[in-house]
Amino acid sequence: MVILFTVLLPVLGAFAVLALRSNPNAREVATLVAGGVTFWHVLGLLRMVREGARPALSLLEVVPGVELAFQVEPLGMVFALVASFLWPVTSLYAIGYMRGHHEENQTRFFFFFAIAIAGALGVAFSGNLFTLFVFYEFLTFCTFPLVTHHQTEEAKKSGRIYLGILLTTSVGLQLVAIIWTWVLAGTLDFRDGGILAGTASTAVLAAILVLYVYGVGKAALMPFHRWLPAAMVAPTPVSALLHAVAVVKAGVFTVLKIAVYVFGIDLLQTLPTTDWLAWAAAATIILGSLVAFRKDNLKARLAYSTISQLSYIVLGAMLANELGIIGGGMHIAMHAFGKITLFFAAGAIMVAAHEKEISRMHGLGRTMPITFGAFFVGSLGIIGLPPAGGSWSKWFLGMGTLEAGQVGLLAVLMLSSLLGLYYLLEVPVKAFFFPPPPDSHHADGIKEAPLPSLVAIGVTATATVVLFFWPDLWHELMTMVVAGGGQ
Amino acid sequence: MSENLPALLIVVPLILAPVAALVGRRDLSWAVAAAACWWAFGAALALLRRVQAEGVIRYELGGWAPPIGIEYRVDLASAFVALIVATIGAVTVVYARTSIAQEITEDRAPLFYAAYILCLTGLMGIAITGDVFNVFVFLEISSLSAYALIALGHDRRALTAAYQYLIMGSVGATFIVIGIGLMYVMTGTLNMVDLAERLPAVADNRTIPVAFAFLTVGVTLKLALFPLHLWLPNAYTYAPSAVTAFMASTATKVSVYLLLRFFFTVFGFDFAWVGMELHRVLMPLSVVAILAMSLVAIYQTNVKRLLAFSSVAQIGYMMLGISFGSVLGVTAGILHLFNHALMKGALFMAMGCVMYRVGSVSTDRMAGLGKAMPWTMAAFVLAGLSLIGVPLTVGFVSKWYLVQAALEQGQWAVAGVVMVGSLMALVYIWKVVEVAYFGEPDPDHELREAPLGLLVPTWILVIASFWFGIDATTTAEVATAAAETLLRGLP
Repeated sequence: MVILFTVLLPVLGAFAVLALRSNPNAREVATLVAGGVTFWHVLGLLRMVREGARPALSLLEVVPGVELAFQVEPLGMVFALVASFLWPVTSLYAIGYMRGHHEENQTRFFFFFAIAIAGALGVAFSGNLFTLFVFYEFLTFCTFPLVTHHQTEEAKKSGRIYLGILLTTSVGLQLVAIIWTWVLAGTLDFRDGGILAGTASTAVLAAILVLYVYGVGKAALMPFHRWLPAAMVAPTPVSALLHAVAVVKAGVFTVLKIAVYVFGIDLLQTLPTTDWLAWAAAATIILGSLVAFRKDNLKARLAYSTISQLSYIVLGAMLANELGIIGGGMHIAMHAFGKITLFFAAGAIMVAAHEKEISRMHGLGRTMPITFGAFFVGSLGIIGLPPAGGSWSKWFLGMGTLEAGQVGLLAVLMLSSLLGLYYLLEVPVKAFFFPPPPDSHHADGIKEAPLPSLVAIGVTATATVVLFFWPDLWHELMTMVVAGGGQ
Repeated sequence: MSENLPALLIVVPLILAPVAALVGRRDLSWAVAAAACWWAFGAALALLRRVQAEGVIRYELGGWAPPIGIEYRVDLASAFVALIVATIGAVTVVYARTSIAQEITEDRAPLFYAAYILCLTGLMGIAITGDVFNVFVFLEISSLSAYALIALGHDRRALTAAYQYLIMGSVGATFIVIGIGLMYVMTGTLNMVDLAERLPAVADNRTIPVAFAFLTVGVTLKLALFPLHLWLPNAYTYAPSAVTAFMASTATKVSVYLLLRFFFTVFGFDFAWVGMELHRVLMPLSVVAILAMSLVAIYQTNVKRLLAFSSVAQIGYMMLGISFGSVLGVTAGILHLFNHALMKGALFMAMGCVMYRVGSVSTDRMAGLGKAMPWTMAAFVLAGLSLIGVPLTVGFVSKWYLVQAALEQGQWAVAGVVMVGSLMALVYIWKVVEVAYFGEPDPDHELREAPLGLLVPTWILVIASFWFGIDATTTAEVATAAAETLLRGLP
């Protein structure tokens, strides 16, 4: 029951937000309290998981043989921890941002925000493929009002791309793969070692794998990545939590989960398409970095950086060895903290200085040192340099490529890090050391972002560094996953 | 009393129909209609329970044994379809009270309710009778009253729409009666069970395939299978809101049932599928229906018309399931009968709410409705999700079975068509959503939310479309059992 309660808590929070709509301060308190309590409950579940328990709950049978069921296992725990910790932090940030930016319809914003978190937790704790798909789709629909928050023509167009790509992939490919799995295996449960081994010929299973990996559009494997830059039209807190953490991580989490619990590492190694998909991920890593390189709009650059980084995790899954899976799982957490810091900073710049283009941020570092300092730390986390947590996940991913005997893929990882070094660090470096553009108004009393936002930035930036020194929890959870203690 | 339940299910509404016409006042005739519909709902529910418990019910009307007398023969499929009709009838009659008060004048309202009850009776009659000529009689009762119901539409184009439907419907009915006549000539019986027993002996005679062809064309015209769907879009567009909601959820569904009954019970799977290779006709037509009609729906600006084309596409799904000729496929078809009735009923009712307040369901008049009529548009979006086939809605359950049936037979391409169809549904539903939520409302036009009398029935169907999507075990079990019975043929 704790599971159900944990998933429903954000929904309760959402309705509290709705009930308190006439009093913004009370409304915001409701969001923060719901966030805190949710995280607390996830921590409770974490303790049980570390002790070896696998709490499960079967809600009801939807069609004969297919249940709506939850189960908490280490991989889901990784995702749930990240999402539930960052929700209250982002809420804090959003309070400063939404007020500082004079956004309209704030109640609707906080309402759907909370609902989306419930969707993310549902994905994390889903006990079978069907439940996973239910919450996956739920997450798509309940983030739509957030993406199109401004209700402008541009928002409408972006919303179309967002829904169009996510639903085309999930309905057209993923659902077919799920039903096919059901026809072949007669079950949709997640099991150690997978459920598909030996149910059909290698060719069929290889095809199903392709359907799954491309069908999880939220993992943004090229060419199904366009929805992510489109989603950047949303207010920055949405980009930060949902399109750097909750939604996209739901995607790569699904890929990892399918790789480990539906196919199983052993089966993956024998499929011809696994290698092929690893290279598709590698291509996305490089292409994403290259596009990011050329974007002057900060949020767009971060979006392409996310596309590139998500494929690290897909690559980790497709390496089909333990190190790759561990690295991929850890990268869910490491990238989340780094990237959310970057988005927070981008939003802070937008609120305080009203600048979106990188070329117009020159010299801003002196007026907004905390924001750009945090951006620097976040960048280190994404690139994978000490002292930031990203070093560890990249370390394991690199080891994984060697284990798989794919030196070429290791080279791809290195190259992408080099690109990241440039396109991310360019921002703080130019802000601190370049003179401001002549027509800018940077001298006109720009200060740092509102205090709640600044606190949130501080928290995530600190967390990025802390994860370098204490990555043990994530490693422990992911080791449980590959050691066969998942289910 | 429960002995005579099959007869009472039909007779009670049949008697109440003239009463509704004679009481002469709008409210009174509504009360009579409501009584008839709710009675039918209770009786149909009890009937389904009894069939589930006791198996097939055979009831000789007036104590006359077949083949001289008419026999009602209620198995799971018939009871299920009768219940669908009665449920939608009972919900729509509540809706009709408010919407008809606005659309139809006081003096015509009693006639409307009388026709409404007759239509309901005819449709339920088709579902439970075991006599092919009696099928024809009930078909005419329901069709004639349907023509009248459509012609009562507020828009004058309703008259031509009803006339068009009358011509096409009569052609269909004639084909059916010719088919029935040919069978009678060859076998000397009109009872379905007797027919099923005697037909194999004369199946080599060319008359039987001809009868089969006549029936197939006649029934597919009635159920609006592409390309025999031409009567449907206009009829649904211009009929009164309550009539559209009722007809869209029941009339074509009952015709699909009739097809199942003729193909599986009377002719039998071996004749229809193995001998006549029916799937070679049905499957391509269904696929074209799904793709072409969804495409046409995308380009409509009148939302009722849009939904009407969507209905033709959805009928394609049902026929596709049936064309597989497998338990899974027929289950998918029967399930979609029920599921589509819920969602399309809700969608048309939501559009009725818009019609009630705005006076038009054209997309250019619906800008900004998301704010002005939040409950109506929320109902539209939620029922629309069902049409798209989002998990935990009834639409997903249908698709779940349909794709399974396709994969089971190795028909990858057909599975793909189902998915493409749902994505096209996304496009046309979202088109309306964008207008309602992103458009700027007309400032001169003060709009209020629809009255509760319309919203409550709408939301009942919306909630049902989630209820039976979240727990589809009951409907799936009934549909599977019904499919198994049908495919097995008669004992």
